[in-house]
Amino acid sequence: MNNLFILLLLPVASAILLAFAKSSSTAKWIAFVLSLVQVALTITFLCAFVPDASVQFEQSFAWISSLNIRFHIGLDGISLPLVLLTNGLFPLIILSTFTKEVKHSFYALASFMQAGLLLVFMALDAFTFYVGWEAALIPIYFICALWGEGDRIKVNLKFFIYTFFGSLLMLVAILYLAQQTPNKDFEWTSFVALDLSDYAQRWLFWAFFIAFAIKIPVFPFHTWQPDTYTNAPTAGTMLLAGVMLKMGTFGVIRWLIPVIPFGTSTYGNVALILCIIGIVYASIIAFKQKHGKRLIAYSSIAHVGLITAGIFAWNQEGLQGALLQMVNHGISVVGLFLVLDIIKSRTSTNTLSELGGLASQMPKLAVFFVIIMMGAVGLPLTNGFIGEFLLLKSLYSLNIWYAAFAGLTLIFGAVYMLRLFQKAMLGTLDNNYVNVTDVRGVEVLVLLIVSALIIALGLFPNGLLKLSEASVMQLIQSVKF
Amino acid sequence: MMELIWLIPLIPLLGFIINGLGQYNFSRFVIGLIGCGTVLCAFLLSCGLFGQVLQARNAGEDATTVFHLFEWISVGGFTLSFSFLLDPLSAIMLLIVTGIGFLIHLYSYSYMHEDESFGRFFSYLNLFIFFMLLLVLGSNYLIMFIGWEGVGLCSYLLIGFWYKNTSYANAAKKAFVMNRIGDLGFLIAVFAIIATFGTLEYAEVFSKASQFPIGDATLLLITLLLFVAATGKSAQIPLFTWLPDAMAGPTPVSALIHAATMVTAGIYMVIRSNILFTLSPLTMQIIAGIGVATALIAAFIAVTQNDIKKVLAYSTVSQLGYMFLGLGVGAFTGAFFHVLTHAFFKALLFLGAGSVIHAMHHEQDMRSMGGLKKYLPITYGTMLLGTIAIAGIPPFSGFFSKDEILAYTFHSSPILWGLGFVGALFTAFYMFRMLFLTFYGKFRGTEEQAHHLHESPVQMTLPLIVLAVLSVVGGVINLPSALGGGHWLANFLSPIFSYTNARIPEVHLDHSTEYILMAVSALAAIVMAVIAYQKYVKKADVPQADSAEQGSLYKLSYNKLYIDELYAALFVKSLNSLSKFFYKVVDKAGIDGLVNGVADLISASGRGIRQLQSGYVGFYIIMMVLGVAAILLYGLLNV
Repeated sequence: MNNLFILLLLPVASAILLAFAKSSSTAKWIAFVLSLVQVALTITFLCAFVPDASVQFEQSFAWISSLNIRFHIGLDGISLPLVLLTNGLFPLIILSTFTKEVKHSFYALASFMQAGLLLVFMALDAFTFYVGWEAALIPIYFICALWGEGDRIKVNLKFFIYTFFGSLLMLVAILYLAQQTPNKDFEWTSFVALDLSDYAQRWLFWAFFIAFAIKIPVFPFHTWQPDTYTNAPTAGTMLLAGVMLKMGTFGVIRWLIPVIPFGTSTYGNVALILCIIGIVYASIIAFKQKHGKRLIAYSSIAHVGLITAGIFAWNQEGLQGALLQMVNHGISVVGLFLVLDIIKSRTSTNTLSELGGLASQMPKLAVFFVIIMMGAVGLPLTNGFIGEFLLLKSLYSLNIWYAAFAGLTLIFGAVYMLRLFQKAMLGTLDNNYVNVTDVRGVEVLVLLIVSALIIALGLFPNGLLKLSEASVMQLIQSVKF
Repeated sequence: MMELIWLIPLIPLLGFIINGLGQYNFSRFVIGLIGCGTVLCAFLLSCGLFGQVLQARNAGEDATTVFHLFEWISVGGFTLSFSFLLDPLSAIMLLIVTGIGFLIHLYSYSYMHEDESFGRFFSYLNLFIFFMLLLVLGSNYLIMFIGWEGVGLCSYLLIGFWYKNTSYANAAKKAFVMNRIGDLGFLIAVFAIIATFGTLEYAEVFSKASQFPIGDATLLLITLLLFVAATGKSAQIPLFTWLPDAMAGPTPVSALIHAATMVTAGIYMVIRSNILFTLSPLTMQIIAGIGVATALIAAFIAVTQNDIKKVLAYSTVSQLGYMFLGLGVGAFTGAFFHVLTHAFFKALLFLGAGSVIHAMHHEQDMRSMGGLKKYLPITYGTMLLGTIAIAGIPPFSGFFSKDEILAYTFHSSPILWGLGFVGALFTAFYMFRMLFLTFYGKFRGTEEQAHHLHESPVQMTLPLIVLAVLSVVGGVINLPSALGGGHWLANFLSPIFSYTNARIPEVHLDHSTEYILMAVSALAAIVMAVIAYQKYVKKADVPQADSAEQGSLYKLSYNKLYIDELYAALFVKSLNSLSKFFYKVVDKAGIDGLVNGVADLISASGRGIRQLQSGYVGFYIIMMVLGVAAILLYGLLNV
């Protein structure tokens, strides 16, 4: 059972099964049960994982031998938190669709995407990584294009062009790197061992950085994100924001900085400053957004900007904080989009000016909303605080002004989040909404799990931190700038 | 007994959880029982712990114990533990928070009885007690920070308790955001402390800091950042404007959070970190300056306010200013003494105001009151005692604590003393103005209000009486030696100041100077009370309607120096226009315009190819899976 391949196989098998599902309600349950099985399998790996710096459960076999491409996967303290996040969020995202009519093909696409995401996080071979990257992208295009709202085709085209451009840059970089290795292979270990010329590192840095920056997204490569998040169906937005963007931040940790150390030491500061600009810029834009989902989309740019800044700080707190905050962000952003979705299911709008006063009709939702919101603004004893604390501490150790500007997220986050909460929940209730019902059943279950995770990780973050400690320490020591 | 310290915050937390979950099912009596009972339990435990600390102090020990609970955050070599500190300072704070907290819970049982969200109110109140206890019990700066931000959350929830009113919700948001500005200062100070001392535990930080030279630049940075945090939480210039707005919350909240406990957190933090501040004389000067300026400005505004709670709110800001003045001139004990006495008389005054508002059916404008003395005798009597105490008339508690601060100030700078003295004149005047306008003269409200005037029930008057007694006699805990006292509080707290006392010689005031200062300030307070009596009782002067023509100085005071308007123009408006500019110009027209240009180009050329797409999703999925399978199989078969 400790063959890591099984974690990839199950979602692919689910996708095939779900593609043939007869009705949407059967597909729902099949998808949910299989995602729970996936969680159970993940837990067995978690229990068997030894929290040291080694790569565990490695699987490697020749794939396309003429090109020296190997199918090589494994788990270490850096990939494990993201595998946990991916597999943990899937049942929640599937549950969140239970109250709606969703086509069976959605679940098939989502499961396929899950396999792609896991492949990205587990890959120890650049080609394997790239296959996973693209495999995760294609289903989400379909999800957005088929079930999105508004001008979905145009928005999706923009999303496609952005990410296609990024993928192309990355592919070129990967092919170039493989050519430089002694055996012309794609192994991570071969890439890291390369002694690249300064010139090559310069362009390689930007090729990788732009690819990842688009995915994350980092300012100024972000404009696909608010439109896509806003127009995508909510479950799709959850997949995008909860898990998918972590491919980018993970890529920076695994593939950018260790492979291109000179490029990083030359341009890393520029990247870091772009991240910090993004934090302030996106937060300020979030102040006046009229649409709830778009507001969260911009806030998400700010939050992931801080995560990426922490990665470029490249120290123990920064990396561990980033890994922890990737998990935290996944949890809280899924919670926030779910809250907005629930509101929309009752009022058929997410436009803030058309909302208000819902707390009196939906007191339970108000409580969950406050907890999730406090997680998002990083109140102590919620998970968001631990992440923000470690990330800002990592920035402080570089420069107090980095910490001060990035720390503005503390204030700005409160401004836009409380505004969102007030516009939706406080004030007097519109006459149209007097018959609105509070959250119930599956909705309560998902919100309860999200809230419990927010508080549990805020009180006891050490379990998760310990997973990554040794791997991060070794990674930092291994990279010589 | 001492090992049970973790129960003290835990019990109110349980109260919060139980009442939070059961608020729709429990009767009001059960909710009240849980809400008040948990805080009473915490108070009794606190009394027990205080007794042990007292015993240890009497035996000449430091009475300082750290309780390690669990490891909270551990990253690389840096670990942070969740641990509590019991020492003389936290022991007294425990008594204030749980003791006054209990009285206010009891009072709220009646005050909020008719409210539809009674259960929600008590759960929030218990949550506040929990966070406030963390704030005072933490043995390192990060636990303090949990409490620090947690009380901010509770403050937000309680100010906006009646959330259907948009202006109340706005006030709540304003309070949270302004507090967060300070909190950022706190957080960066925390980073600076880690970078400098390698730890956040008080004991280690202070012992290492005590080796630093006076005026050290790092300590200057740390103390300035900590003071920024204090200006937010304790409503000092420039972050004080949220506190008057916070009066939107129910009156017991104003008494507990916005007078007696939370707003004094900044002073507690400075006292806790006294050695850091003592070694940064520049920060101390800034604190003294900001403190006295806040005291004066708030007193100036209070003089013309007509809303009874607004008068008390500005008075709180002003009194907090005095406490910071005390800190700035090195009167740490004096400032803490004032925290104590202020907790008594300000909680009393707010609860008294609540009793008046309760009787007046939610009327807060003093122009519609008057003559309430005979309808609310207990409220009147206790509020009179509170007013005398805050005005600084001997032998009430406020006189001694304020006198100690002013005496230290005189020793440090007679100019600061002069300013502080002027502020004290204002204080006596506006407080007696409030008392006379409310309780003296003829009743100016409506017929219906007059018909319903009644004294409050015993759950409300009992806390008033207890607090009134404390306001009267509270001064004895730190009687100055000039009056034959033994400085009990100073002696009790002395372990907290051991590093400071080792570095800075203690201030010894000349007894004759002290007598003169006391006499001057006591006399001045009485004179101001008499002037207020002449104006508002003898001449029965009532402030005019808002529309009336007024002098420019009056307008300046009445409109709160237009500071809210200034901040709105400077920060709110400019950030909002920046938001629109970033969104519409930079994001949409700029970056997006570029990308969309490329997109249009591609979509034009791709129109032909699009014919090939069938649009059947199942087909795509199968193709994807088949594709992956083919690649995999290709690899496997080639092995």
